[in-house]
Amino acid sequence: MLYEPVIGLEVHVHLKTKSKAFCGCSTEFGAQPNTQTCPVCLGFPGSLPVLNKTALDYAIKVALALGCRVQEYTKFDRKNYFYPDLPKNYQISQYDLPLSCDGFLDIHLQGAASKRIRIRRVHLEEDAGKLIHRQDTSLADFNRSGIPLLEIVSEPDINSAGQAHEYLAELKSILEYLDVSDCDMEKGSLRCDANISLRKQGSLELGVKSELKNMNSFKAVRDALNFEIERQKELLDSGQAVIQETRLWDAKQLKTLSMRSKEEAKDYRYFPEPDLSTFSISADKIAGIRKGIPELPREKLLRFIKEYGLSEYDASVLVISRRDAIFSEQCFKAYAPKEKKAVVNWLIGPLLSEANNRGIGLSDLKIEPAALIELVNFVERQEISLLSAKTVLTQMLDSVKSASEVIKEKNLLQISDTRALEDMAEQVIKENPAVAGDYKSGKESALMFLVGEAMKKSQGRANPKALKEILEKNLKK
Amino acid sequence: MAIDKNNVEYTARLARIELQSKELEKLAKQLQEIVGFMDKLKELDVEGINPTSHILPMHNVLREDIQKVSLPVEKALMNAPQKEGNFFVIPKVIE
Amino acid sequence: MPKESLNRLTAHELLQRLDNKQVTSDEILSALKQRIKEVEPDVRAYVRLDKSFELKNSRTQELKCLFQGLPVSIKDNICTDGLNTECCSKILGGFKPPYDATVIKKLKEAGAVIADLKTNMDEFAFGSSTENSFFGPTHNPWDLERVPGGSSGGSAAAVAADEAILALGSDTGGSIRQPASFCGVVGLKPTYGRVSRFGLIAFASSLDQIGPITKDVKDSALLLGAIAGYDPNDSTSVDTPVPDYTRSLINDVKGIKIGLPKEYFVEGIDPQVKAIVEEAVEKLKKLGAFVEPVSLRHTQYAAPVYYIVATAEASSNLARFDGVQYGHRSATPGQGMLQMYQNTREEGFGEEAKRRILLGTFVLSHGYYEAYYLRALKVRTLIKQDFDAVFEGFDCILTPTAPTPAFKIGEKTDNPLKMYLSDIYTICANLAGLPAISLPCGFTKEGLPVGLQILAKPFAEEMLFRVAYTYEQNTQWHKMKPKL
Repeated sequence: MLYEPVIGLEVHVHLKTKSKAFCGCSTEFGAQPNTQTCPVCLGFPGSLPVLNKTALDYAIKVALALGCRVQEYTKFDRKNYFYPDLPKNYQISQYDLPLSCDGFLDIHLQGAASKRIRIRRVHLEEDAGKLIHRQDTSLADFNRSGIPLLEIVSEPDINSAGQAHEYLAELKSILEYLDVSDCDMEKGSLRCDANISLRKQGSLELGVKSELKNMNSFKAVRDALNFEIERQKELLDSGQAVIQETRLWDAKQLKTLSMRSKEEAKDYRYFPEPDLSTFSISADKIAGIRKGIPELPREKLLRFIKEYGLSEYDASVLVISRRDAIFSEQCFKAYAPKEKKAVVNWLIGPLLSEANNRGIGLSDLKIEPAALIELVNFVERQEISLLSAKTVLTQMLDSVKSASEVIKEKNLLQISDTRALEDMAEQVIKENPAVAGDYKSGKESALMFLVGEAMKKSQGRANPKALKEILEKNLKK
Repeated sequence: MAIDKNNVEYTARLARIELQSKELEKLAKQLQEIVGFMDKLKELDVEGINPTSHILPMHNVLREDIQKVSLPVEKALMNAPQKEGNFFVIPKVIE
Repeated sequence: MPKESLNRLTAHELLQRLDNKQVTSDEILSALKQRIKEVEPDVRAYVRLDKSFELKNSRTQELKCLFQGLPVSIKDNICTDGLNTECCSKILGGFKPPYDATVIKKLKEAGAVIADLKTNMDEFAFGSSTENSFFGPTHNPWDLERVPGGSSGGSAAAVAADEAILALGSDTGGSIRQPASFCGVVGLKPTYGRVSRFGLIAFASSLDQIGPITKDVKDSALLLGAIAGYDPNDSTSVDTPVPDYTRSLINDVKGIKIGLPKEYFVEGIDPQVKAIVEEAVEKLKKLGAFVEPVSLRHTQYAAPVYYIVATAEASSNLARFDGVQYGHRSATPGQGMLQMYQNTREEGFGEEAKRRILLGTFVLSHGYYEAYYLRALKVRTLIKQDFDAVFEGFDCILTPTAPTPAFKIGEKTDNPLKMYLSDIYTICANLAGLPAISLPCGFTKEGLPVGLQILAKPFAEEMLFRVAYTYEQNTQWHKMKPKL
């Protein structure tokens, strides 16, 4: 029986405001427990919330970037439930008049047409604290309590674990471009829950869904969904029913496990939050925020392809991070020729490699676009070999010297002077008569040996291409 | 709509109050009377009336995104029934 | 005047003597302490008072400020930094807030002394008699076998018994005005949003206000002026300038148009209360006011609306009392988290608190939200519209504060619904967000005070003060004291 997975994702992101959603406590990650709290985010009796202006602005920005309709009038509601990480035993969230709805996110999978995932709603709420579980007790830390969260809910338009992964990657990329969140799953600033059910291929009816939680990385999301697809498939194939329940992903055992059944369906008793005002969002405000939205990843990718002739793959690597994309574009602009492939190769090759080795981003490398292009030009003019250039790059990154400075210092200029090369070729042929003879008898590889010898003699400075040509010419004499 | 013992039990669970059975009996009776009294509102036609959830016509009360000094951790934990280091200690949460 | 009688004076009289250096604030504090020692065993207006309590003047006299070291007694639901604030409930036993409510900050800045003088109240402000306090009831100074009203019964009784010079209470459905009426003192509930709620332990967020309970109208104007004003920490506080309320203490009501809602004078009102209030109305007419009947036709629906909206918000506001961070935690051994919640709240909440939490949870729960909560919010709109219509043609509205004088302790505790109905004249002001004042207007044959309530448009406290002051200055009620 062929089944189609039907997946909806619910993503929560921390907005990187300086202070919390409803109070002035710091939102910085990693502080000592309960040192970034106050009566408001601790939910002490008598405390009252006041909404952070920037949190609202960031939320509107994201909603617009995701093509949502931002409501003219929005309010907050209390979501009432008891849990020890929730100091007031209610969460200030949004229920029936959320900030925005009806958006979309287009995902692009390798070798497939793009797919539009509809976004049901994007709304603002506050985060809860953190619990550390021990044998008989739990420890509560409320530093995280009150940090502004954006909840982004998709429609169940996703049909595979791969698509889900792509959705998350694309969403993260957009959020980073907007500079509203760090989107770091390890630090908990991006969390993802999934709803998944299976239905017979071609059917329009939805199957019974399970809710997946505790997936702590994009990979975990993909693995958990794949596991769950198989699990549900097996159940349905054997004539059993899927139970609607919440399942936790166990990253060690690599399976989803049922949570001990929660008694009754949750009754959150939503009602309008009386301690906050209502909010009206004017068309002017929306226009103002929209202006501040930079070129988004997909747009930039398409433009890189069009303006700079990049391949889709190359462009996709360079646009993942906005700062890297900006850096790359500055490099393209600094390189005169219309054909930018040389620059692209440098960026995706040696530079990305250096960046990865240092554990930083491309744009964090200590090199100006102009300086990089100077180096690239040396190579293009064949004044230094590619091999040399790579070591020059490392030197430039470690010492903040220019390409010409390093090349001069290390005496790396390629010998391209024909006469010098002729002399070298002659010398090498004279010193290696047997190998020369081998070449003349048809052994092609003998030529490379001679090239190698000449390179050794010149401390790697001979232009290998020119050298090879001259040797060939001389050997054929 | 009558509120009976079952409703009251369910409601008490939602409110996380462990009622004793005698209490439950007494409360169910009292609540029944009170809810009956609340049913008086059904006499009114409220079609087309907007609900008042905020008596003041206030909009857009916001604050600037500025960090303020937090409570010293000793003060945050000052009233804790049980604490350890910088943490509040609670009984084990069973999922 | 003997120094021991200093406590019988009003705050404005004491401030005058302080200004003239006839007396020092230490002497005032000492007189007050003496009085508390004398009558507290009978009245029981205060809670957790140590027999050897200290009433220290914590401010130096260098700065000339409004209150010059006068103490203000504070209801036990207003947070005072480092001083126990327990809402007279077991579940908040031992709670010391690490911060001051905004009104407390303002009072301190105005030179008031805030000592550990917390007044008794119905637990979490749930009640109309102060009988629901974990510490036992307060006794009405006019008749110690009767209730002082509630929920700010302690504050009202303290002021009436001269155990307090000035006091703060809170009012959600009449909790300042009704006890003021029962105790023969002045109690004012400001317009919703006039006074910051930051630091007031919430009962019903859309109805609560902190307000002054005082010996006369002038003191009320002084105290309101000190606590009112915009607070950026309270999203529901309004950014409107605070006038000098003492300027509205004008002895003149000529031409003021007063409406008498006919729905407030129907059966259920004690005949003596009705007669006394009608006499007060006559007095105001003689002083030049125009009095006419008006109609607030949704009055009969106010109580159900109030009890739905207030309990719904309360059920949510009280969810935080769970033993995790403060207050009572059940000592049941081996309990898991869920059990701890249930045991703590079962042990810590009194009967009325449980009743209201259950009611509030019920009206918000799935399947009942529309029929109860949502419907109540809509009727609330109708009630507000009734007042808006009347205020188009009138400056203020006059009613009795309560349908009866103070009842006996224990008389209504078995019948919660009966208790709820003693609020019917006061709840509308909270539902419509209006300012309202209660002041004494006479005594029953049994010597029990009766209160007159005046309501005005939003932010028209000046109108309240003017009418109240005029009436007060042309009568002697405010000069009468209980025989203790």
